[in-house]
Amino acid sequence: MSLFLLFLSAFLINNIIFMRFIGLCPYFGLSSKLDTSIGMGFSVIFVVVLSSVITWFLYKFVLLPLNLVFLRTTVFILVIATVVQFIELYFKKYIPVLYSAFGIYLPLITTNCVVLAVAFLNVDYNHNLLQTIVYSLGVSGGFALAIVMMAGIRMRIETAPIPEPMKGLPIAFITASLIALAFLGFKGLLGL
Amino acid sequence: MKTFINALLDNNPVLVMALGLCSVLAVSTSAYNALGMGLAVIFILTFSNIIISSIRKVTPTNLRIPIFIIVISTFVTIVDYVMKGYFPALSKNLGVFVPLIVVNCIVFGKAEGYASKNTVIDSILDGLGSGLGYTLVMFFIASVREILGQGTWMSIPGGFPGFKVFGEGFMNYPVLMMILPPGGFLTIAFFMGLLKFYQMRRGK
Repeated sequence: MSLFLLFLSAFLINNIIFMRFIGLCPYFGLSSKLDTSIGMGFSVIFVVVLSSVITWFLYKFVLLPLNLVFLRTTVFILVIATVVQFIELYFKKYIPVLYSAFGIYLPLITTNCVVLAVAFLNVDYNHNLLQTIVYSLGVSGGFALAIVMMAGIRMRIETAPIPEPMKGLPIAFITASLIALAFLGFKGLLGL
Repeated sequence: MKTFINALLDNNPVLVMALGLCSVLAVSTSAYNALGMGLAVIFILTFSNIIISSIRKVTPTNLRIPIFIIVISTFVTIVDYVMKGYFPALSKNLGVFVPLIVVNCIVFGKAEGYASKNTVIDSILDGLGSGLGYTLVMFFIASVREILGQGTWMSIPGGFPGFKVFGEGFMNYPVLMMILPPGGFLTIAFFMGLLKFYQMRRGK
């Protein structure tokens, strides 16, 4: 049950985009078309879960025993960059279908703060391995939900009569603000 | 001066290029937080620019990105630990966003786009300038949000209570939404719109 709550809290209540403001750059950059947003959403889920499991093992069995916790920023970012590069090469060689679907998004994910933030948060909250996997799934699922939702709305906004200076990014931010306001409503969900 | 204004308005990293948004929105709940974050970014940007531009001639092109990452993350770690030691309240407010400066597009973009091609002095100036532009935007957004959402300005956790901008009546019923996440999106949307409006008027 508590695992389910952890998932729900990461997925909806503390949604990474609307409540924590992490990963906004790719969020606004890639949410103007529905199919790119779906591709990005699934790539993020895949990379976040994989890299947070790897960084969890690294932190628990290498950095902590060797008293090297102060190196975690450097180590985590290098590990993530390597993992992403590795996935890209692996897909290219062995699963070309997936590569043609997600390949272009993978390099972008290296500089996506979601991946690094989830690695840090898992360590900060002292999650065990199972909690790490569930939490990463929740957070990245929340990102995918947010980006697909936003893309759907932005495609409709394109045709709406909006004052010239507010077109493009500003109206996307106002939309995000309204969605975030709605997401605040989930705060009462666990109190029931 | 002209290039400074150009960097601040026409090429503003936050409002025009939409870079480094995460930290801008997350940290701008109070002007003090924004100032602390801004100073951290200025420090990291300037010093990583100095190192990267001074080793630019011996950096192999293929290995440049991992090298940049190591240089930047070293300075981020320094800032993180100094902040934890001397400004614990600020460090607690900024939370995970201090280590996340490592993936801040502004820092990385400047390392790749400017410091790796220019002299040390130029890189210092560029780091200071773009850091200042980032800080200024963050400070303005944070001021609007704090004044409307709390009724105070420049309040410091556990210290200075801040200037009271509105009377007591407002302080009891502030626009709470402004310091919550939706207010952040809304404020930056209007800042972007205003800047675009200004540019359109000037263009005519």
